[in-house]
Amino acid sequence: MTTITNNTTSLYDSLPAQFSTLANGAQFPEARKAAFAQFQALGGFPTVKTEDWKYTNVIPFFRNLQTLELPQPIAISAEELEATELLLPDTYRIVLLNGELQPQLSDLPPAKQATVLKLSEAGNEPAFTAHFNKSKKLNEHHFAQLNTAFFTNGLFIEVKAKAQLEKPIHIIHLYHNTSSLLLNPRHLWIAQEGAAVQIIESAAGIGQAGAIVVNSVIEAVTAERAQMSHYQLQTGGNQLRFINQTLVQQLGKSLYNNYTFTLSESELVRNNLNISLDDERTETHLYGFYIATGNQLVDNHTSVDHRMPNCESNELYRGVLMDKATGVFNGKIYVHEDAQKTNAFQQNNNLVISPEANIYTKPQLEIFADDVKCSHGTTIGQVSDDALFYLKARGIGDAQARSMLVKAFAFDITAQVKIPAVRKQVEQIATRYLSAAVNN
Amino acid sequence: MLNIKNLHAAVEGNAILKGINLNVKAGEVHAIMGPNGSGKSSLASVLAGREAYEVTEGSVEFEGKDLLDMSPEVRAREGLFLAFQYPVEIPGVSNINFLKTAVNEIRAYHGQPPMQAKAFLDMLKSKQKLMEFDANLMNRSLNEGFSGGEKKRNDIFQMAMLEPKLAIMDETDSGLDIDALRIVSAGVNKLRSKDNAFVIITHYQRLLEYIVPDFVHVLYNGRIVKSGTKELALELEEKGYDWLKEDIRLEEPVQ
Repeated sequence: MTTITNNTTSLYDSLPAQFSTLANGAQFPEARKAAFAQFQALGGFPTVKTEDWKYTNVIPFFRNLQTLELPQPIAISAEELEATELLLPDTYRIVLLNGELQPQLSDLPPAKQATVLKLSEAGNEPAFTAHFNKSKKLNEHHFAQLNTAFFTNGLFIEVKAKAQLEKPIHIIHLYHNTSSLLLNPRHLWIAQEGAAVQIIESAAGIGQAGAIVVNSVIEAVTAERAQMSHYQLQTGGNQLRFINQTLVQQLGKSLYNNYTFTLSESELVRNNLNISLDDERTETHLYGFYIATGNQLVDNHTSVDHRMPNCESNELYRGVLMDKATGVFNGKIYVHEDAQKTNAFQQNNNLVISPEANIYTKPQLEIFADDVKCSHGTTIGQVSDDALFYLKARGIGDAQARSMLVKAFAFDITAQVKIPAVRKQVEQIATRYLSAAVNN
Repeated sequence: MLNIKNLHAAVEGNAILKGINLNVKAGEVHAIMGPNGSGKSSLASVLAGREAYEVTEGSVEFEGKDLLDMSPEVRAREGLFLAFQYPVEIPGVSNINFLKTAVNEIRAYHGQPPMQAKAFLDMLKSKQKLMEFDANLMNRSLNEGFSGGEKKRNDIFQMAMLEPKLAIMDETDSGLDIDALRIVSAGVNKLRSKDNAFVIITHYQRLLEYIVPDFVHVLYNGRIVKSGTKELALELEEKGYDWLKEDIRLEEPVQ
């Protein structure tokens, strides 16, 4: 097995050798080659000198990584799956192990409504050819390029035109390793014209030995009048680290909703969420809620590209920073010259509970059209003393009162969740996670 | 039940309470009146344990225990209740969950198991009836979007649920219309018993027409300058506070 060792040779220096070994015989050689060249042209891994990574130093997380090669697949029992406590009722369930579809544990949507394939088997699908590796901005992302060069497998979902999926698709990402691993799953999801789909993602480690850095790329396309609701329940233990690139393309009159809940023990979560509004009258809603405790670093970089007129985007992110945790929020709204009558709203609110916690938040608005309505704002504060006193004056203890107020702060976000079982699960995980953090 | 001796307190270094003495026994209702800025609300805040207030001198015993030594939540669990002048709105905390948490934390403090869901709901219903409290408000967020009157009624309703030994009502009448005032006072009168006590802080005599106090005290410039029976309230209503200020000036030694 080829390994990347933590000695004087840096990980970056060893990547070309990795690439020639791993890419040899892999699918899509041209795309991989171009991506690896672009990754190198971007300077390899971003450092804190790279503007978009100023507050998020990823280098330490790569220092001890040993391999890019997947371990032998393990058999997962239904009981083990159950034990993740992530299962949701009334969903089409798709289980992935290290990015690889596990049909025996999955319950796929009806084939006449949606095609669900391993990415590696989707090469002949017309929708694959039309959209794979086509997202704007892929070129700008160091980690997206790294993913394209090294991706292993992932999920291809095509919801057929006019299909209205009755139940949400729940993707459970399971991760397993025998030594510390850099994993590059790659997904392409398409909602064809007039289709409607809800996709929920959650994650857990299974029999992990050492850390896994999951560097994932999702390309999602909502065709004309299509609707996609995408719930990212970022869960999992502290041996999982995530760098996610979600790149969404919206066509005319489509709707895309994203809900990102970061409620994991992971030391590093970086979400790059890029929405490209490529046609008129699209609508986009982005909601996020994150809690960071201990030494965690949770970074949300979102960008909404208004390229065409009469589109609407709405973004609300809230975060709670405790202990010595760090939060980063960067929300960019870019209104191109042609995007007249744009209506864009963005808000990021943070509760910084501990004196040692940090938040770096930067709402960015760049407007090149002259007839638009855009607003953005950010707040950083503590739990309200008056509210805290009110609860205590009724006999509720300090920790419990704080936890109630933090949950109340999250409420505006969880209230947006349209699937009751998901809302319940999110609130349960948040509560458990929060009380563990408060009692530490 | 409550024994305040020579209580001095300050906010940001400014002395607000300057030697309060007050003794409240079970079964009694005390009214504390006084002009604006005399320290009435500060007294309520100090007793409930608001952090901004620093006690600089004196002692407060509650049921024989040192009240000032307790955190606000322990004071509440020991049976002290503050009805707020301005109850806060807490969006996202449901009224019913909040009450259930409070009831169970108080029970846990006294070594009792949490209340069963059914018993809690039964209690909720009976107190709602007793207090004429709109059941629809229970499922809303705590005080969110409530009118002033609804907030005050919610506080009194909480009092009914938590069954405190001593309730301090901080200008509960402020901002209430006549109907709300009647309902709030009727609630208090229903809760009065020989085992509990009330300290009613009010600016006007109007509330005392509905809740008849056993004693009336006048707080002025951080001290109780006059005590009497309910007739004192009527006298104040008639003459205002200025005559008292004159009296006090005459009594104070020339410095």
